[in-house]
Amino acid sequence: MNEKKPKRLAIIASKGTLDWAYPPFLLASTAAAMDMEVGVFFTFYGLTLLNKKIEAKVAPQTNPAMPMKLPIGTKELQNIEWPIPNILANNIPGYETMATAFMKKSFAKKGVASIDELRDICVESGVKLIACQMTMDVFGFKTSQFIDGIDVGGAATFLEFAADSDISLFI
Amino acid sequence: MNDFEFDRELDCRGLNCPLPVVKTKKQIDTMSTGQTLKLIASDPGSINDMNAWARRTGNEMLGHAEDSGEYIFYIKKT
Repeated sequence: MNEKKPKRLAIIASKGTLDWAYPPFLLASTAAAMDMEVGVFFTFYGLTLLNKKIEAKVAPQTNPAMPMKLPIGTKELQNIEWPIPNILANNIPGYETMATAFMKKSFAKKGVASIDELRDICVESGVKLIACQMTMDVFGFKTSQFIDGIDVGGAATFLEFAADSDISLFI
Repeated sequence: MNDFEFDRELDCRGLNCPLPVVKTKKQIDTMSTGQTLKLIASDPGSINDMNAWARRTGNEMLGHAEDSGEYIFYIKKT
């Protein structure tokens, strides 16, 4: 083990969609496994990732370059990138739900952990999870709807932690 | 690569980033200093990732090898 002062990672998680829920939890859990001190500040839509039940969906309409592939069927079928124009994707009812289901399926098939699993690993490995008080007030979030063991604080709380960090990311 | 003697074995086949790293860390934490872990993974990214993890945490990568799509690592807890 490194006897030196541990490296520190400070992350701001500002997005609440399924695709953007991955980077903060994935990096935080890995950094903790690498003996780093990790803090994640959840602000704006990122706050929803602290909900007891994560209901994050992927929003294809905001990701025009997102490859749309089938997670099931023959290999040839799965390799096709379906050319679905944004104008259609934005207007088909249930498209977001379908894209979310496909993404979850693809991730599971490739052996990628779910967001819930990664978050559990973060909690177990002592990652500091901080909910932004200001956005909680603005959007009407309550501490009781979040998982246990989180901190609540504002910009200064995050910056105090981030000031001594070696890596700082805004996601 | 010669096979090394090992005390524990961890099967991470079918798991993708970052699970092999996270599970290795969890396993290593339960072992005593000087013990060796054999890790089997199928994620091609694990070659770079496990070496990076070992360098960062100071554990010793005794050796690793690829065998028909499987990656085997011997890591000594230091």
